[in-house]
Amino acid sequence: MADVLRFRNDDPIEEPAVTLDAFVDQEDASAVRIEAGEDPRRLIPVLDRVKLVELGIPRFRDGRCFTAARILREAGYEGEIRAEGDVLVDLIFFMRRCGIDSFAPQSPLNRADVDACLSRYEHVYQHAADGAVPIWKLRHG
Amino acid sequence: MYKYDQYDQAMVDARVEDFRDQVRRRIAGDMNDDQFKPLRLKNGLYLQLHAYMLRVAIPYGTLNSRQLRKLAEIARKYDRGYGHFTTRQNLQYHWIKLEDAPDILAELATVEMHAIQTSGESIRNISADQYAGAAADEICDPRPWAELLRQATSFHPEFSYLPRKFKICVISSPADRAALRWHDCALRIVRNEAGEEGFEVYAGGGMGRTPFIAYKIRDFCPAAQIFSYIQAILRVWNLHARRDNIHKQRMKILVHDLGEEEFRRQVEEAFQHFLTLDTDFPQAEYDRIAAYFTPPPFETGLPDDIDRSDPDFALWVDQQVIAHKTPGYAIANISLKPIGGIGGDATAEQMEVVADLAERYSFDDVRVTHAQNLVLPHVRKQDLYAVWQALHEAGLADANLDLVTDVIACPGLDYCTLANARSIPVAQKIQRRFAEMERQLDLGELKIKISGCINACGHHHAGHIGILGVDRKGTENYQLLLGGSGAEDTTQAKITGPGFDEDGVVDAVERAIERYRELRDPGERFIDTYRRVGLDAFKEAIYG
Ligand code: SF4
Repeated sequence: MADVLRFRNDDPIEEPAVTLDAFVDQEDASAVRIEAGEDPRRLIPVLDRVKLVELGIPRFRDGRCFTAARILREAGYEGEIRAEGDVLVDLIFFMRRCGIDSFAPQSPLNRADVDACLSRYEHVYQHAADGAVPIWKLRHG
Repeated sequence: MYKYDQYDQAMVDARVEDFRDQVRRRIAGDMNDDQFKPLRLKNGLYLQLHAYMLRVAIPYGTLNSRQLRKLAEIARKYDRGYGHFTTRQNLQYHWIKLEDAPDILAELATVEMHAIQTSGESIRNISADQYAGAAADEICDPRPWAELLRQATSFHPEFSYLPRKFKICVISSPADRAALRWHDCALRIVRNEAGEEGFEVYAGGGMGRTPFIAYKIRDFCPAAQIFSYIQAILRVWNLHARRDNIHKQRMKILVHDLGEEEFRRQVEEAFQHFLTLDTDFPQAEYDRIAAYFTPPPFETGLPDDIDRSDPDFALWVDQQVIAHKTPGYAIANISLKPIGGIGGDATAEQMEVVADLAERYSFDDVRVTHAQNLVLPHVRKQDLYAVWQALHEAGLADANLDLVTDVIACPGLDYCTLANARSIPVAQKIQRRFAEMERQLDLGELKIKISGCINACGHHHAGHIGILGVDRKGTENYQLLLGGSGAEDTTQAKITGPGFDEDGVVDAVERAIERYRELRDPGERFIDTYRRVGLDAFKEAIYG
């Protein structure tokens, strides 16, 4: 777990993530891995037993994980969403905004770069899953 | 015109630092070029044949004189003294050094400009009708919506790593001057029976190797909900698009694969969901933005006639000047298509001349058209002669709007790494062949569009006459297409038959045009004759 970067205060889930197919049938499982291209909406009916969702990022430009994370957050999921794979530092800001809150990158991230990327944009133009207040709201109070 | 507040300014300033840091990490070797490439593309920086190319966003094709002067200054300081206006109303510099790019962005930020999302797999700069706010036929100015959507789609966290690029266009008139239905997402502002404003939405258009004309996905989306609707479209595409073949990842392919009905069904479902998330911008924000686009203080009681005693000026007026919605004013088009020049190019000096004219005669307002020309949208008719004289002196007074020499050509093999063939020299040869003014006027509206490869940046699918450069056993070869349109009567051009070499295709264009002259009814445009008689009648003439 040493190389997982977490933005959560609870204890990490140690249970290995099973495939989405297996998870749906395996009633005692609580950690699931969704590969890019799998439909995250399949988890919604069993969301109450999910504690960890691992999103596979095969190539960093594969942006499906952003939608997958938001769909889960919009469905009310509050457990951990971990991005695993080709996670580049420049993605983390957007990933955080979409509700991804832990990172298991293939190649280690420089923490200073991560912090710089996360703090660079003080405001955002639109709503997402992170509760940031959009600029239009700041303008109109 | 829209003005940044402290939030908008902070955003572009942060982007400059962001990019500066990315360039630093690349130069330091912390990133390989594979990783750097998508990042630089998000900021409009391409690696071309000879140098980097930087594409600067011109949101909805609107500039003020300060911005245009800055573009001129950058051209002089960091490039070779000119810039190139593109078919998406942006500006490109073709001779940029990587290490200068962050400084250029910093300079742009001082005049409220940027290069955010001008390339790469992102939501691109939003295009609009170049006559917005001036056209007699618009129901409202589409730019407040374009600006609202610019903000809503800038750094959108869910849609910043899309399957491919995504282009939005907004117009608000029945006439289409912006190639609306060739966009991924095309919006036309309309009013419903109750008089409420909303959008007619088209989806799935695009040129490239597999051209599709966008289909109407919704007759009416209430204006206040348009961002939800666009997000719904994007989400369906982002979830389902292929990721295994770059050539099959545009949204048009998904629309085609799923079928229009099924795509619409899924979008509607996602739309209903987005409406519950409260992501749409409120009326107060629209009103705040719209206040920047209130009409300039037009004078009343101005003379509405034009002194046409100078025949060269009269010719220019007939070709370049369009009716304005306000009496006494006119829309003046500035040609960037001099015979034998490079279409869309403007020197720093020319940009400054146009900036001066805009400031003096057009309420500080300049537009860029998708046909790569410029516009002074609000000129008093009594000032047209002075404007024309200044343009004439700057080599900008060609009178060829929408005529045979107003050719759109992509950069082609002279600049572009993807090209099969050169585009610019073909455009120049066609211009020279038809340079004689009388001949141009006799032929009337005739849109020729040339692309140097199948990616179709020169819009050949939408040309009344299209030319496509292909590679034939290692030599440059050109296919001829007929019957395309990027106007309200959108059609896709068809290939006539075997290709030609560079001179051969110019001859073939001439044969097609001569056939049109034989077949046309009085007053009939090329495209209308083609539609009436069909391709075969032209094929005969072209191939004998
Ligand atoms: S059409 Fe092809 S050759 Fe022309 S600019 Fe686009 S990619 Fe380059």
